Amino acid sequence: MIAEAGLVALWLAAALAFLQLGLVAFGLAGKKSELLEAVRPVAVAQGALTTIAFTALIALFMRSDMSVLLVANNSHSMKPWLYKFAGTWGNHEGSMLLWVTVMGVAGAAVALFERALRRDTHMATLGGQAAISLGFYAFLLFASNPFARINPPAADGQGLNPLLQDPGLAFHPPTLYLGYVGLSVAFSFAIGALLTRQVDASFARAMRPWVLAAWILLTLGITAGSYWAYYELGWGGWWFWDPVENASLMPWLAATALLHSVTVLATRDALRAWTVMLAVIAFSMSMVGTFLVRSGILTSVHAFAVDPERGSFILVLLGIYIGGALALFGWRVGAVREGAPFELVSRETMLVVNNLLLSVILGLVLIGTLYPLLTEAFGHKVSVGAPYFDRIAGPIALILMIVMAAGPLTRWRRDNLAEVGRRLIVPAVIAMIAFAAVAILAWGRIGVLPFLGLVIALAVAAGSVAPLWKRNLRRTPLFTWGMVVAHLGCAVSLAGMACDSAFTVEKLAAVRPGDVVEAAGWKLRLTRIVPIAGDNWTALQADMEASRNGGPPVMLHPQSRFFPSPPTTTTEAALLTRWNGQLYVVLGQEADQGRWQLRVWWKPFVTLIWFGGALVALGGALALVGRERRGWLLKWRGKAAVA
Amino acid sequence: MKAKHQRLVLALVALFALIGAGLLAASALRDEAAYFYAPADVRAKGVEEGKAIRLGGMVVKGSLKRAADGVTLHFDVTDGKATVPAVFKGIAPDLFKEGSGVVAEGAFDGAGTFVATNLLAKHDERYMPRELEGLQYNETTHEMKAGQ
Repeated sequence: MIAEAGLVALWLAAALAFLQLGLVAFGLAGKKSELLEAVRPVAVAQGALTTIAFTALIALFMRSDMSVLLVANNSHSMKPWLYKFAGTWGNHEGSMLLWVTVMGVAGAAVALFERALRRDTHMATLGGQAAISLGFYAFLLFASNPFARINPPAADGQGLNPLLQDPGLAFHPPTLYLGYVGLSVAFSFAIGALLTRQVDASFARAMRPWVLAAWILLTLGITAGSYWAYYELGWGGWWFWDPVENASLMPWLAATALLHSVTVLATRDALRAWTVMLAVIAFSMSMVGTFLVRSGILTSVHAFAVDPERGSFILVLLGIYIGGALALFGWRVGAVREGAPFELVSRETMLVVNNLLLSVILGLVLIGTLYPLLTEAFGHKVSVGAPYFDRIAGPIALILMIVMAAGPLTRWRRDNLAEVGRRLIVPAVIAMIAFAAVAILAWGRIGVLPFLGLVIALAVAAGSVAPLWKRNLRRTPLFTWGMVVAHLGCAVSLAGMACDSAFTVEKLAAVRPGDVVEAAGWKLRLTRIVPIAGDNWTALQADMEASRNGGPPVMLHPQSRFFPSPPTTTTEAALLTRWNGQLYVVLGQEADQGRWQLRVWWKPFVTLIWFGGALVALGGALALVGRERRGWLLKWRGKAAVA
Repeated sequence: MKAKHQRLVLALVALFALIGAGLLAASALRDEAAYFYAPADVRAKGVEEGKAIRLGGMVVKGSLKRAADGVTLHFDVTDGKATVPAVFKGIAPDLFKEGSGVVAEGAFDGAGTFVATNLLAKHDERYMPRELEGLQYNETTHEMKAGQ
C-alpha cells in the first residue's frame, strides 16, 4: 500500500505542477487575478505531495519491503538501520525522487516566504519552477519509477554498494542536492524576471537570499563530500577531479559568481543581463552534472545505473530547459535596460573580474569533463585527470584569490588606485614576509603552486579581515562579517591545500607484527592483525600503536573490510587528528608470509581544507541572517510607525 | 566611461577571456590528456617515454611477482596481440589479479617498462573501468578479445 500511496502522491504532484503552470500562464496572459490567487496554495500542496512520496520511499526502505524492485535491488534486510534510511537516495530512482522533492519543497518555500518580489514576477517564477519540475516528474514516472513492484517479492535484497555504507551518506547527498537543486529557484527567478521584464535592483534583492541559501548548502555538501571521499576511499587525496565531483563543482563556481553579481545588481543596479544569464547557467550546470552522472556515460561510484534510454531522456530535458531559457534570454535581453555605469577602478570592476575568472575556471572544468566524451565520438579513448585540472584551475584560482583580497577594500562606483594600494599595504607586507619565510624554510623542496598558494593564503587571510580595520566591530553589519568570514575561509582552505601538497610525507612498507614504520617523526608499531566482524561485514584489522617524538602511544585500527552483499572489499583508513595535521593509515594486503602492507601519510594542516570550507558556509549563513534580519527589523519598525 | 560603451567593453573583455580560456584548455589538453592504449597499440604506434597514458588489458597468468620489499608488483599486461611489462608500487586493488582486467595509469620508463602510479581494477560486477567493458579473456588460450 505504501508504494502505491507514494506513486499516487507523485502523480498528483505532477498534475499540480501542470495546473500551476497553467494557472500562471493564463493568469498572467489574461490578467486574471483570481487564477493567480490559486498559484501559491497549489505550489505548497505540490511541495507537500512530493514530501509524502519521498517519505513513502523512506518507509519502504526502512521496512525492507522486498516486493518493491528498487528496495530489492539496492537494500538488504541485514543492513544497519542508518543505511536502510540513507540508502533511500543511494540509488538512481531514489536520488531522482529526492531531486523532485527538493524542487517541490523549494517551490513551496518560494510561494510561502517570498514577499519582496513584485507579484507578477513572483507568479512567473512559480510558473518557471513548475515548468522545470514537470520534466523531472515525467522522467521519474516514465523512466525511473521508484515504486515499481516485483512479483514474486525477492527473498532478500542485493545490498547497497559498501563504499556508500558510511554515515556520510546520510548527510552529504541531501545537503548537496538541497544546494544543487535549490539553484532551480534562481533559474526560475531569472525566467520570471525575463518574462515580466523586471530585471532590476529590487528583483536582485529578492533573489539574493535564495541564491545564498542554495550556495551555503552546496558549499557544505561539497566540503562534506570531499572529506568523505578522503577518508572512505583510502587514497589519501581530498579531491580527485572525478567527473562527478566536477558535476558539483561547476554549479558551485557558477553560483559563487552569481552570488557576487547579484550583489552588484542589488546594490548598484549594474550587470543586469549578466546576472540573469548566470542564474540560468548555474542551474543548467546542475542539470548537465545530473546528465553526466545519471546517464551512466561516465563511470564512477556515483553512476548507479548504466541506461542509455535514461541518458537520452535527460539529454532531451537538458535541451528543452537550457535551450528554452537561452532562447528566452536572447529574445528578452534587448528589453533589459542598460544598468548603472561605473568607473574602471571600483568595486564593480573587481566583481566583474571575479565573475570573469570564475566563469573561465568553470569553462575549463567543463571542457576537461566533456573532452573524453568528445574524443570517444572520434574513436579515441582519453581520460582527463588531475594533471589537466591542476594546471588550468590552479593558477587562475590563485589570481582570483588576490582579487578577492583587493575587492572588499575597493569602493563602489569609483575609487582611486593609489587609495586602494594604500589599503592593501598590510596584506602586501604580509605577502612579502610570507614569501621570505616560506622561501627560507622550504625553497626547492616544494612546487611553485603550493609555494604561491601558501604565500597568497597568508596575504589573503590578512586582506580578508582588513575591511574590519578601524571599524566599530559591534556596529559592523552581520553581512559584512559574513563576507569577511567567507573570504577568510577561502584563505584557510587554500592554506590547507598548499600544506597538504607541499609537506605531506608518505611511507609505504610491508611489515610483520612487532615491526615499526617511521614517517615524519611518527613511530607506528604494528601489534597484530585480527579478524573482526560487524553488522554486515567481516574485516581484518591492524592493531597499531602510534607515537610522535616519544610522546604517549595512541591506538590505531585501520581495517580491510569485506562485504558479502554485494561482494566487495573496502579499506577503512585509520585517522589520527592533531592540531597540526592528520596521520592517515591504510592497511593493504598480506604481502607474503606474515608481512602486511601499510601505507602511512602524515598530512600537515590538511584539516584546514574542510575547516575553511565550513567557514565559507558559515560566512554565507551570517550574510543571509544579516540581510534577512535587517528586512525583518525594517518591516517591524514600519508597522510600529504606522500604528 | 560612457554608459553606452560600457556594455560593449564588458562584452569584448568576456570574449577575450573566452578565447584565452579556449587556447589555454587546448594546450593543457594536448599535454595532459591521457590516451588509452592497449598493448598492441603500444607496439604499433609507440609511446613516448614519460608521457602519461592509460594502459589497459589483462594481467598475464603466471606473470605477477611481488618484489622483496613486499610493496612492488611486477606483472605483464596483454591484449592477446602484444604484451607489455609493468611495475606498480603501492597497495593494489583487491580485484587486481592474474587473468583479470586492469587499467593502469602511468608512463613508460626508458627500458620500456610501464611504471604504473595507479591501478584501476574491476570493483565488482557493477563497477568496472569503461575501457574494459566487453573485453573477454579466454582461460585456455590466454587470449583476450574485444567483445560487444
